[in-house]
Amino acid sequence: MYKSWWKITSVLLLIYTVTAGFLLEVPRLPALQETIRNLYFHVCMWFAMMILFTISVVNAIRYLRSFNLKYDIYARQFAVVGIVFGLLGYLTGAIWASYTWADPNKPAMNSFSSIARDPKLIGAAIALLVYFAYLILRDSIQDMDKKARISAVYNIFAYAILFPAIWILPRILPSLHPGEEGNPALDVKNDISGNMRMIFYPAVIGWTLLGVWITTLKIRLNLLKEKKMML
Amino acid sequence: MTIFIFLTSSLFCFSQEKVEMADTMRSNGRIYVVVAVALTILIGLILYIVRLDRKISKLEKGH
Repeated sequence: MYKSWWKITSVLLLIYTVTAGFLLEVPRLPALQETIRNLYFHVCMWFAMMILFTISVVNAIRYLRSFNLKYDIYARQFAVVGIVFGLLGYLTGAIWASYTWADPNKPAMNSFSSIARDPKLIGAAIALLVYFAYLILRDSIQDMDKKARISAVYNIFAYAILFPAIWILPRILPSLHPGEEGNPALDVKNDISGNMRMIFYPAVIGWTLLGVWITTLKIRLNLLKEKKMML
Repeated sequence: MTIFIFLTSSLFCFSQEKVEMADTMRSNGRIYVVVAVALTILIGLILYIVRLDRKISKLEKGH
């Protein structure tokens, strides 16, 4: 296998995450109860997404500096896998919220309408839609160089709105989602116990490396395709 | 090979016994079953990615 040490690291960290994530002691909090363990899965999806989008924008800039089409392929594939992780984060968040935020005494539609209004969710939806638009924009341009150049510039704009949409906007408005004040899951004093941090950080690294691994496979396939077209 | 299978299966039985002890210790039933299921899925997916990786490596060598 091609450059395998970090792939092995990823596998080991993920196995550790799944095992220790279910078994180790967690703080006993009302309403959250055992679902606090979702921190190792749901939150990691978003962290992996942010890191993948960051790698994507770096490659977009590298493309604009060198006009080497290789970097365009890198940027696109990292963005796609980032979107996949974002969607997984959104889906898992929806499941989590429906069992912790929803009021079981009210009709389901009432709780849904109050949850759907949450600024964190809207911000995340905006960020993902902006990245969907990136893919649509790319695929609507036929010319290879024009496609690469326009989508690289758009990628930078998309990245510029990503962090305001998922971090700044939800903090200005009242939100049910944790992390309104301080840094969620990174705050030393509040949020999570040291015990949980011992799993959370390795989990973030493990999931991110898994995302990078999948991306490199897609990149290598695309480079092969390019080579075939050249021949 | 058969010795290997025997060893691993006996290891498995041993871990099963341990699971029951830990189960009562944690007193929230059978979480180890969930861990086993989640690990199986995770390892299955990882093996799939490893296979894909190998296949792509083969393709790259072909060129």
